[in-house]
Amino acid sequence: MADYAKPIPVPTPETQDFWDGAKRGELRLQRCDECEQLIFPPRPFCTKCSSRSVSSFTASGRGKLYSYVINHRPAPVFGEDPYAIAIVELDEGPRMMSNIVECEQTPEALLLDMPLEVAFESITDEISLPKFRPAGGN
Amino acid sequence: MKPRAAAIVGAAETTELGRIPELAQIQLHADAALNAMADAGLSAADIDGVATAGEAPAGIAHYLGITPTWVDGTSVGGCSFMLHVRHAAAAIAEGLCTTALVTHGESGRSRVGRAGFGAAPATLPGQFEAPYGPGGPPSTFTLGVLRYMKETGLTHEQLAAVAVVQREWAGMNPRATYGDPITVQDVLDSRMIAYPFHLLECCLVTDGGGALILVSEERARDFPVKPVYILGTGESVETPMISQMEDMTTSRAFKVSGAKAFAEAGIGHDDVDHVMIYDAFAHLPLYGLEDLGFVGRGEAGPFIEARNTAPGGQLPVNTNGGGLSYMHSGMYGMYALQESVRQMRGTAPAQVADAKISVCHGVGGMFMASGTIIMTNE
Repeated sequence: MADYAKPIPVPTPETQDFWDGAKRGELRLQRCDECEQLIFPPRPFCTKCSSRSVSSFTASGRGKLYSYVINHRPAPVFGEDPYAIAIVELDEGPRMMSNIVECEQTPEALLLDMPLEVAFESITDEISLPKFRPAGGN
Repeated sequence: MKPRAAAIVGAAETTELGRIPELAQIQLHADAALNAMADAGLSAADIDGVATAGEAPAGIAHYLGITPTWVDGTSVGGCSFMLHVRHAAAAIAEGLCTTALVTHGESGRSRVGRAGFGAAPATLPGQFEAPYGPGGPPSTFTLGVLRYMKETGLTHEQLAAVAVVQREWAGMNPRATYGDPITVQDVLDSRMIAYPFHLLECCLVTDGGGALILVSEERARDFPVKPVYILGTGESVETPMISQMEDMTTSRAFKVSGAKAFAEAGIGHDDVDHVMIYDAFAHLPLYGLEDLGFVGRGEAGPFIEARNTAPGGQLPVNTNGGGLSYMHSGMYGMYALQESVRQMRGTAPAQVADAKISVCHGVGGMFMASGTIIMTNE
């Protein structure tokens, strides 16, 4: 993917497990061992009780479309056509920014609360990006 | 500041010192902070003030899980943390916060997760937002609005009405960039920028500047102009990543900052004669009116559409025309403050008759931060 011009994440020690999981096709989240708070983006402690004891687990990869915009401004590396920047609410609770693939980038096709499932896009040998597609498709 | 106004009750360095490639810069802050919390027997829930340099206070606060009522990002080089301690003591003495955390962390050698120029792909926004093309404020600041519309019933026409009403105010102001009247249909017909936002629902990009001089109340009457008193103040931050807001249909930072300012001023909403709400985009006055408590959840759209904030309405808002029509240099808050001062002096082009109390509410970043200043001329 030498011609991939979009921003590419650079993992840090705290996020490496997330990106290793993504490479394997797994969406990794964290849960506090003490109070069960769910944590995203990854960090080695709990944002609710400040415990340093948290564990990673593989999430369901399912969620729903929480909100989005469709960008119409020039964004050369993201292509010529309008594209949606989406907020996905995972079934486990946390929300993350992503793109919706295998779907028209229109208000008619992008319906809030539509069920989604993760679809990893391999962009380098190290990085696969979690994107989402309408659930139930193939 | 009185002697013994504050004391240091927790102190610690990072667990390791020297070469620590296994921790990103932000985790160096967190490691030291968690050690200091342990030293004091506290957790993030006990802390309501954050000061830091090198990283942004909002980044540190959200990373640690703190909801601050006071932050200080004063960044003046290596002595910044001495200044933070001084400011923290003053803030505590004044009641802006009760328990302040000052953090330092720097991956100076290993340079892991250290913000650089441009996209900074090892930062959290670089890893978890930038790859998806959020772009600039028009396509990022606006991300929660479809959700807000679904949950509250706000219509596209009501969103457009924000721009229409503010243009009316701008029409009364000879310094406004745009003063020609517009209709809801004009707004909806303007170029799509980031659905559901059209061009006329986005702020201007202009040049300009402003300044304020403040003195003590004792000296306030020694100057040739009518004094404008600071009646109440508030501030907060939430997150530098809009995708990680607690609820994208409301701003936690707005609510914390606004409540703090109203409590400090000791006033109710019925006492307010004039309001400024930083409007980089048309949804901000909606969030502001609701999060400051002027109207209930989901009521701001109909409230504006019914002309309550327009000339002649019961609650004049953004009387200079706002960022949508007056001017927007990038950091517009100064212009909102200037308009509140003019209204309190009685010198605004679109003067609100007998206005005695003005609420001036600002946003920082994209719902990252908030500050509220309540002014009075009495």
